[in-house]
Amino acid sequence: MQRQVALIKQSLFDQGYLDEQFVELEELQDDANPNFVEEVATLYFKDSARLISNIEQALERGSFDFNRLDNYMHQFKGSSTSIGASKVKTECTMFREYCRVGNAEGCLRTFKQLKKEHATLRKKLEQYFQLARQAGPKETARRPK
Amino acid sequence: MLNPGQGRGPDSGVAGGSNSDPFPAGLRVLVVDDDPTCLMILERMLRTCLYRVTKCNRAEIALSLLRKNKNGFDIVISDVHMPDMDGFKLLEHVGLEMDLPVIMMSADDSKAVVLKGVTHGAVDYLIKPVRIEALKNIWQHVVRKKRNEWNVSEHSGSVEENTGGGERQQQQRDDADNNSSSANNEGSWRSSRKRKEGEVDEQGDDKEDTSSLKKPRVVWSVELHQQFVAAVNQLGVDKAVPKKILEMMNVPGLTRENVASHLQKYRIYLRRLGGVSQHQGNMNHSFMTGPDPSFGPLSSLNGFDLQALAAAGQLPAQSLAQLQAAGLGRPSSLNKPGMSVDQRSIFSFENPKLRNGQMMMNSSGGNKQVNLLHGVPMGMEPRQFAGGGHMRVQQQQICGGGRVTGQNVQSSGMMMPVGGGTSVLPSLGQQQQQMMLSSSVPRRSDLTDTSSNRVLPAATHSVVFNNFNSELPRNSFPLASAPGISVSYQEEVNSSDAKGGAVITTAGFDNPSYDIFNDYPQHNNNNDWDLQNIGMVFNSHQDTTTAASAAFSSSSSTQRKRQEVVAEQVQNHHQQLPSQSLNHMNGSGSVRVKSERVAETVTCPPATTLFQEQYNQEDLMSALLKQEGLPLVDNEFDFDGYSIDNIPV
Repeated sequence: MQRQVALIKQSLFDQGYLDEQFVELEELQDDANPNFVEEVATLYFKDSARLISNIEQALERGSFDFNRLDNYMHQFKGSSTSIGASKVKTECTMFREYCRVGNAEGCLRTFKQLKKEHATLRKKLEQYFQLARQAGPKETARRPK
Repeated sequence: MLNPGQGRGPDSGVAGGSNSDPFPAGLRVLVVDDDPTCLMILERMLRTCLYRVTKCNRAEIALSLLRKNKNGFDIVISDVHMPDMDGFKLLEHVGLEMDLPVIMMSADDSKAVVLKGVTHGAVDYLIKPVRIEALKNIWQHVVRKKRNEWNVSEHSGSVEENTGGGERQQQQRDDADNNSSSANNEGSWRSSRKRKEGEVDEQGDDKEDTSSLKKPRVVWSVELHQQFVAAVNQLGVDKAVPKKILEMMNVPGLTRENVASHLQKYRIYLRRLGGVSQHQGNMNHSFMTGPDPSFGPLSSLNGFDLQALAAAGQLPAQSLAQLQAAGLGRPSSLNKPGMSVDQRSIFSFENPKLRNGQMMMNSSGGNKQVNLLHGVPMGMEPRQFAGGGHMRVQQQQICGGGRVTGQNVQSSGMMMPVGGGTSVLPSLGQQQQQMMLSSSVPRRSDLTDTSSNRVLPAATHSVVFNNFNSELPRNSFPLASAPGISVSYQEEVNSSDAKGGAVITTAGFDNPSYDIFNDYPQHNNNNDWDLQNIGMVFNSHQDTTTAASAAFSSSSSTQRKRQEVVAEQVQNHHQQLPSQSLNHMNGSGSVRVKSERVAETVTCPPATTLFQEQYNQEDLMSALLKQEGLPLVDNEFDFDGYSIDNIPV
């Protein structure tokens, strides 16, 4: 079971969904805070969902206030970075770049991609955490091989 | 805070590694970030470092937390991009009010932003994602700061003792530099320092005070700061030396070092005010940015601030005069013929504005608050200005603007420095303050006789006041209130339109620079005001330093009539002022003077000229005095910048 968990985690890293920062978070986990990473991830997804919907609304309005979009995305990028959501972060960067040059269509496209990555990551992490919990705390603290 | 008990003196902390040494464990960190994910992660990391963490997702909350527990935190970590307040603003506030080291962080790693962090005084800048290794060493900033503080006071003391301030100048200057002070300030600072050189004398036994290696952190409460500002003003901003200030304050347990470092900050604040105010609109800003303590006294300064603002800002002499006039004239007899016409108009216009009850004058408590004159004795100042210098007028206006909390407003025209208003403000309560400001017209009349209301001044002041309004009682930042004030002030001014737009400058206050002030709603009334006033006063000086000086001399002579006593004082001040104002608008020195005293002696130095005119009105003076209850005769000001002696705080 634990091996399974480890494998899943490893694949997440290998596929670029997660990066080194995630490891940092795991290292913060200990006996006193056994579910720290999961808590953070939960918080992240909750908060980012809010951001995504804000951005969505802004985009739907069609007015394309790049400044404001950029602001939203800056926040989004910040939290994604903090949790180690690598692919999501990449999409954020691209989105901001499109904002910078005022490319509305690029923004829309990237945003779609971003949402996709975000949803994928969420699913995978949920899966991972579930397994990890079943497997026992030991697993989560280990670094991916 | 760092506990000497832990065996950490300025050096000990550094010596031990973080592992073996109990410190930095227990370091009290306040982390501010609107992103909950980051906040959670940071908290966890900091806890892992064995720090005591308090997290906060809004800058406003963070500020209020800091204000409530002045000594409750050792270091602050803040995100740059936050919805409710810009991280840099928070940084400034914290630096001014609490003087804690602040670390900025952001996912943005562009050079421009990092540089901004540096110039705003951040001790470090972290790029997100933050790693725990980066957090492990943040304690170094706390230690470093304490060491610097200690060294500064040490230096100040010694300098005063020997070189008469020469060295101190450098030291202080250097320290000031660390605070990202503008270069020009430095210059003026230097020159102003030189002046003091001659004056600094006693400090003889300062040394003994500096015996303790580690000074316990002193919480500069509003009252304490007001006392400080009063003492400084009395001594003269330029001449104020820690030893004397300490003696005058007569606060048990306060060491010379405490005073010295506080003084340094105060001067920086004034400098900033002076530097900023040059843009008139900035006046308020300068006030605010000044060291936090300065804000406290604001209330008293209020009157002066206006003047300062006027002077500094760009309040045209006329507008200032007007403001003053308005201020003066309004209340009751303010409109003395003596006052320059425009001045008068200004004030008169202001006066009505003053809402009697509210503003400042609330006299109930606030009368004295008149801080309006913050730096500029409201009544007094105008006098001086009236004479000639534009500066003066400006200053005065400011003083007047200061809105005088009615009482202080030396009324004569003192435009109650907006900044100064702070002191007044507190008493008045926020609304009042605003009123005061807006009314620019010295509401004083309500209180005493209107003369003080001048508030006009320089919109800048109003800004200052605004801040106060909100919170005055808090020391948080005098400036903060100012913004509010200025706004209101402006309106007033505009309406009166006497000012040629000078007043309107208050609108200028709304300048972004003032934003800072706004943030600080709390402005320590006492402290801040002083600064504000001073700043205001100074500003005017700066601009017109030459003019002022000239004006002063001439005006003073003419204006004197008001009151012999006052006149004398004013004279003293004038003379001093010109030099002072010339030197530094920073306001650190001169400004201070003004703000403090404003109360009655009104010798608002820079503004004095203005005041003088306004002051011509005897009744103003007397009214003021009565309100203030301050004896007119206070020549001791030596009028560094302000003749304000009795700033009622």
